[in-house]
Amino acid sequence: MPDHTADSSPTRISRAEVAHLARLARLAVTEQELDVFAGQLDVILGSVARVGEVAAADIEPTTHAVPLRNVLRPDEVGPCLDRSTVLAQAPAVEDNRFRVPRILDDEA
Amino acid sequence: MSELTRLSAAEIAAAIAAGEASAEEVTQAHLDRIEQVDGMVRAFLHVDADGALDAARLVDADRAAGRQLGPLAGVPLAMKDVVVTEGLPTTAGSKILDGWIPPYDATITRKIKDAGIVMLGKTNMDEFAMGSSTENSAFHPTHNPWDLGRIPGGSSGGSSAAVSAFEAPLGIGTDTGGSIRQPAAVTGIVGHKPTYGGVSRYGLIAFSSSLDQAGPFGRTVLDAALLHEVMGGHDPLDSTSIPQPVPPVVAAARDGAAADLTGVRVAVVRELGGEGYQPGVLAAFQEAVSTLRGLGATVLEVSCPHFDYALAAYYLIAPSECSSNLARFDSVRYGLRVGDDGVHSLEEVMSLTREAGFGPEVKRRIMIGTYALSSGYYDAYYGQAQKVRTLISRDFAAAFEQADVLVSPSSPFVAFGIGERVDDPMAMYVNDLCTLPASLAGTPAISVPCGLSEGLPVGLQVMAPALADDWCYRVAAAFEVAYVDANGPLRGPELVGGAAA
Amino acid sequence: MTATVEDVLARYEPVIGLETHVELSTASKMFCSCATTFGAEPNTQVCPVCLGLPGSLPVANEAAIEATIRIGLALNCSIATWCRFARKNYFYPDMPKNFQISQYDEPLCVDGYLDVELAGRTYRIGIERVHLEEDTGKNTHVGQSGRIHGADYSLVDYNRAGIPLVEIVTKPVPGTGACAPEVARAYVTELREILRALDVSDVRMEQGSLRCDVNTSLNAPGEPWGIRTETKNVNSLRSVERAVRSEMIRQAAVLDAGHRVVQETRHFSETTGGTRPGRSKEEATDYRYFPEPDLVPLAPDPGWVERLRAELPELPAVHRARVRNRLGVSAEDMQQMANAGVVDLVAATVEAGAPVAEARNWWLGYLAQKANERDVEPADLAMTPAQVARIGELVSAGTLSVGLARQAVDGVLDTGEDVDAVVAAKGLRIVSDANALAVAADEAIAANPDIAQKVRSGKVAAVGPLVGAVMKATRGQADAAAVRELLLQRLGAG
Repeated sequence: MPDHTADSSPTRISRAEVAHLARLARLAVTEQELDVFAGQLDVILGSVARVGEVAAADIEPTTHAVPLRNVLRPDEVGPCLDRSTVLAQAPAVEDNRFRVPRILDDEA
Repeated sequence: MSELTRLSAAEIAAAIAAGEASAEEVTQAHLDRIEQVDGMVRAFLHVDADGALDAARLVDADRAAGRQLGPLAGVPLAMKDVVVTEGLPTTAGSKILDGWIPPYDATITRKIKDAGIVMLGKTNMDEFAMGSSTENSAFHPTHNPWDLGRIPGGSSGGSSAAVSAFEAPLGIGTDTGGSIRQPAAVTGIVGHKPTYGGVSRYGLIAFSSSLDQAGPFGRTVLDAALLHEVMGGHDPLDSTSIPQPVPPVVAAARDGAAADLTGVRVAVVRELGGEGYQPGVLAAFQEAVSTLRGLGATVLEVSCPHFDYALAAYYLIAPSECSSNLARFDSVRYGLRVGDDGVHSLEEVMSLTREAGFGPEVKRRIMIGTYALSSGYYDAYYGQAQKVRTLISRDFAAAFEQADVLVSPSSPFVAFGIGERVDDPMAMYVNDLCTLPASLAGTPAISVPCGLSEGLPVGLQVMAPALADDWCYRVAAAFEVAYVDANGPLRGPELVGGAAA
Repeated sequence: MTATVEDVLARYEPVIGLETHVELSTASKMFCSCATTFGAEPNTQVCPVCLGLPGSLPVANEAAIEATIRIGLALNCSIATWCRFARKNYFYPDMPKNFQISQYDEPLCVDGYLDVELAGRTYRIGIERVHLEEDTGKNTHVGQSGRIHGADYSLVDYNRAGIPLVEIVTKPVPGTGACAPEVARAYVTELREILRALDVSDVRMEQGSLRCDVNTSLNAPGEPWGIRTETKNVNSLRSVERAVRSEMIRQAAVLDAGHRVVQETRHFSETTGGTRPGRSKEEATDYRYFPEPDLVPLAPDPGWVERLRAELPELPAVHRARVRNRLGVSAEDMQQMANAGVVDLVAATVEAGAPVAEARNWWLGYLAQKANERDVEPADLAMTPAQVARIGELVSAGTLSVGLARQAVDGVLDTGEDVDAVVAAKGLRIVSDANALAVAADEAIAANPDIAQKVRSGKVAAVGPLVGAVMKATRGQADAAAVRELLLQRLGAG
């Protein structure tokens, strides 16, 4: 089995970077979690970085095993969900809409 | 009545069709079995006794009215809780969906229902299908029926344990990096990962879109094939589903049972073995290879050098895709909402919700994925991993010029103890070493029981080219006959009803 | 203090760019079969796919792809032989999946152009790309101002989520000089005409089926292009022009003061006619684009693309040339009508029997004014070319004066009745009865002896108030010119 443990190279990812990733991914990780995650992510990244050892400059990436093209559907209207069903599972509803707390970010 | 739970799916279907047993009594027998043992095994998150009995009665009514029954009508099934089922709770093993009742059915759910198969309930899994032991379930671990102190594999550990413990003859799991094959191997049953695109993903809660595939569990190869034929086929709701018909897997399983592999070229993959694999696993695997040779197969060895990079590529691709797929769990439309107190902003509520709703493995993978897709890192990580994937496919293609099927152990290890690896992600990831290459290439692969090591099941993995799922079933069926002839069927210890272990 | 575009041009040159989003008028959404009807009750046109429910998957709408290719062809683009959708990842409550399926480095159409004519000059606007994506839902902010800043909470409707959206991005456009605002407006106007001709969208800016973001930068002549700002919330053609103008003036003031222009997104305000900064972000958003794994590549069949090209309708520029020929007007006159969006209205009015000059005068004059007042396009006025022709007829026949004709127009716009009905109802008729006029004229002269004396003594211009008096006496239904003639005659000065 190839060696999947961490090599001895310097830290690949800092605690601050991990905190940044958590913010980007909307995860309010705790300080304790950050400590644990930073170490674990460092190990994992050290392992997955092996992909860089493969000479793949002229290789096309693969995204699907069986190559398909042009999978399309005709422009036809079909049934929608019943609104009461849609809203029944929502955490908060007002005026037949999904209610969310105040938004800080601007419209994109 | 308890004998009904010892029958295979094929036998149950035949009994029902012949009027020897009613679908209702079959379902009741399995519900009783669940009652009896699931306190120990803990395979199920939700048992739908009423729904199951209703469905069974419909089959009985159809039979009474003289209507044609499908080949698995009335057979009970355990459904992994990653598959969306209308009106039934669906959690994907996560707190963030605790209480969610889907308003629609997955395509495979619909197919199961249309076939008259009786869904007993939803089974436990690693959260969002991330894991190899079902210990990442937000609710509780599932216990391996072979040794209740051990893991049943993952992420489809619940379905696998349910079938292994005779709680259902059929199960449905999903396999992204090995999550059907590895649990099947460590619980001593059959599990198959179809060619990518062979079974619809519409209604599968997505983990890694370009890798996820739903597939069958059964205690026999034929059972798995029968379920595969019901599940598979093109779905216009899934753009990645292949337009070809389901490969003739049932015919292949029946033909394979003739146990003659003359002219079949079987290649052992050099990279999927050796150092780090448990000796007992390797020994059982070697015996299995001998058995295949004994059935007339030509056995050779091939080298697939890029398989050594499969783990690295997988743990870049899958987290990347899942970091995006799981972004929708944000407290807005469904599921958990935390911190909405009139003071916190939406961004804060989203973050608090996801922090509380996701377990550590899910968070780790989301962060890795976010990293690997970041501008500046994309080329080196995600981009590079997708290229490695091409190289792995090419290794397969080259190997399949020399062989009809490739074989390996399904996992380097037998079932390990609950709690043993859960704090060391890398130690957990290496469970998937054997299964990852076929996942990345999208090619079909089956795991069939091939013996014991330390009293625990070992699985033989048979891999075939894309769209050649029937080859997996044929070779596995032949092997199964030979194995059972020599050793008797693989049976774990009798679980005696009682309190949880 | 810089106050006009001309002032800005004394020291700087502008570079503009436009990003336009077009909602396609397909029957179903981009990736699911939900209806796309505008104005439906909230959350009644949604399904697992466009709500982003767990387990849902997208399937691409063929008609949307066809429409996008046709748009690209009409804009002289090359159509990709192979391309993919990509995920644009960011968190926002109007995006059900918290990623938008769009296109990133593989757009469906690239590298085209659109020619815009303004004041006799042609500006070739380069088109960088045309790509396809899905629209988001709609947020309503509840709180004091109804705007996002200071809102207490928000409500989300996903009816619009998933509607096909085509994004058209221009290359940066230098060299427009003082005409930058007008060129920007003319580009959007022409683009809209093309989209109408292709029948791919309602292109109603007020309904949001055509949305514009304008980019503006300034640089000193000979210097590299300056920092550009992006202005959003530009909801009408007029706003496009105003947004560019106000940004040019604002940026010039910043640069004049020795400061640097901040690269930012700004919001246009209809009320002030200016822009204000959006909330500044800590860092530029990294959307972590990657190819959409739930969709497979698009490889439009070349034969299909050529068929679509062959079947393109007559594009507006060609159409205008043809109409110009038919009407026999000059290029400048044609451009003026095109910029006002009245080419086809004038043509139809001529078709209905009106002389060209008259048709033009009505649509570019009084009717344009009315459209402005009501904040609609001339084409949306409740007045048809046939009705305009009828009014022209009545004026030529001497039944109506120009003033009375305008009253008739007002009547048609207000009541929706036909021209003749309005004329009858309002009793609009030139008083041409010579006796009645003579009597009124004499009365006016008698009532204003001083003015009458002035006119007699040669001050012809002083007759105005007397004309007014007669017009008043006849309730405006005399022909003012004829009245003036009559008065002057009677005063011996005509």
